[in-house]
Amino acid sequence: MRDARLAAPALDDVDRELINALQGDFPLVAEPYRQVAETLGLDEAELLRRLDAMLERKVLTRFGPMFQIERAGGAFVLAAMKVPEEDFERVTAQVNGFPEVAHNYRREHALNMWFVLATATPDGIAKTVAAIEAATGLPVFAFPKQREYFVEMKLHA
Amino acid sequence: MPDAIKPELDAVDRRLIVATQAGLPRVSRPYDAIGGELGITGEEVIARLRSMLETGVIRRIGAVPNHYAIGYTANGMSVWDVDDERIDELGARVGALDFVTHCYRRPRRLPDWPYNLFAMVHSQNRTEVAARVAAIAVLLGDACRAHDILYSTAILKKTGLRIAA
Repeated sequence: MRDARLAAPALDDVDRELINALQGDFPLVAEPYRQVAETLGLDEAELLRRLDAMLERKVLTRFGPMFQIERAGGAFVLAAMKVPEEDFERVTAQVNGFPEVAHNYRREHALNMWFVLATATPDGIAKTVAAIEAATGLPVFAFPKQREYFVEMKLHA
Repeated sequence: MPDAIKPELDAVDRRLIVATQAGLPRVSRPYDAIGGELGITGEEVIARLRSMLETGVIRRIGAVPNHYAIGYTANGMSVWDVDDERIDELGARVGALDFVTHCYRRPRRLPDWPYNLFAMVHSQNRTEVAARVAAIAVLLGDACRAHDILYSTAILKKTGLRIAA
């Protein structure tokens, strides 16, 4: 587990430009990095070096396709727990140990742990919720989405 | 969107998902490299990815920034108890605000949780998040009975989804 409240690592203007450019549609061509590099006036090796460095430093959490798992027959659900402060570390380790937990955030509320479950089939959600409850001894509140009004994961760097 | 027809994915598509869910290789010809692993050509990888983009199995291909690292240190999940009769109309309007990155309707969990609308607001600081949340409150008006902002204080895990091979 790593606390992510770190000072923002230094990014130069080229890194920021690259983050913004790469949040758009990555080209589906044989040499996509070269194509993006050309639009930014970089060479491909420089772009790859910067991309690797930002992944290494966790400025980027991932680079690749973002799947909408429901469309592939799978399921996603937001879930939350009320974790007593003295148990927080133990429960974090238990919850994060489930590969179905895609992200997990600590938030300021009585419901202080919020995580997203992603499973290959819809019935995997209920099974995982039950397994997390059994492992931690705490109830899990599941918040399946009923409507999606907007999702746009791009942020300007 | 909720009522989409489920696209047909074959065994090769599923292997392609498993091969790329952790990320694309950072090499000159990444699609050829993936194809090499799966025993198909790079052209076929491209065609299958394009088809998954068209059917929405893939939302987009690109970089996922750690929002803390790029300066969005305040991350507020605003949650709202909105009149069921009006939530769809109002949810669409909240989702259209340029500072809302995700907006969903979800079930209440009474008595612990009275909120049915979730709108994520990212910003440089909490003052700005609070100002944006105040703008949402104005938009919702008397259709909203109560709201709260849950700030994140730590990312405990962020790997993105993984399905088993």
